[in-house]
Amino acid sequence: MGIGLAAGFLSGVLGIGGGIVIVPLLVALVAYAPKRAMATSLAAILFTAVAAAASHAQAGNVDWTDAALIGLPATAGAVIGAWLHQRIAPRGAVLAFSLLLVVSAAKLAL
Amino acid sequence: MSHDALAAALGLLAGILSAVFGVGGGVVFVPTLIFLGASARVAVATSLAAMVPVVLMGSWRQTTYGSVTWRDATVIGLASVPTAKLGELVADSLPNDALQRLFAVVLVATAIQLAVRALRSQPEVE
Repeated sequence: MGIGLAAGFLSGVLGIGGGIVIVPLLVALVAYAPKRAMATSLAAILFTAVAAAASHAQAGNVDWTDAALIGLPATAGAVIGAWLHQRIAPRGAVLAFSLLLVVSAAKLAL
Repeated sequence: MSHDALAAALGLLAGILSAVFGVGGGVVFVPTLIFLGASARVAVATSLAAMVPVVLMGSWRQTTYGSVTWRDATVIGLASVPTAKLGELVADSLPNDALQRLFAVVLVATAIQLAVRALRSQPEVE
């Protein structure tokens, strides 16, 4: 339950699902295999995302057009991505993507 | 390209990247929305709404593979509901640049998590 409390807070503040805390905690505290941890985290995030989105919508913060424009193609993209994930998992690509995240972070922070 | 077409193209790309690399949609959606001109607060809120269909589809697929432990998912998910509300209030009270910097920290943390996972895994021999 503590896992959920932490995940909800992060999600509400930052617009993320909370998988960044749920997955490592399920692996560390409940000894889940990484695959089960990811899948279970995804299902938990369903509750979190709906609750956090509803709360933000009440505050008038949600841009529904952009949410649909991004969310619906992203759903199709995730299916394609999951298919690709079975076939490619090169370390170089993961490290390059990590670098991209750091560059985005620098752009946002500065 | 119009704003709408660009948003849809970036949404598709964000979905692919998040599934290929196993990161949450929000990590890619929030910077994308800020890039499209949203304030950090609107980006956070819109990212959460955009995440709902993606997570719905993902959970359904994972359930059919038998990978989801629904009991734990429900406990964690329900516990997150009140703190999500609290998080929204914090996001609403923070100035835009502070929220944006806070998000930058999350991006770096995600990058470190990914890099560590990649470096720990055995190089695959094909």
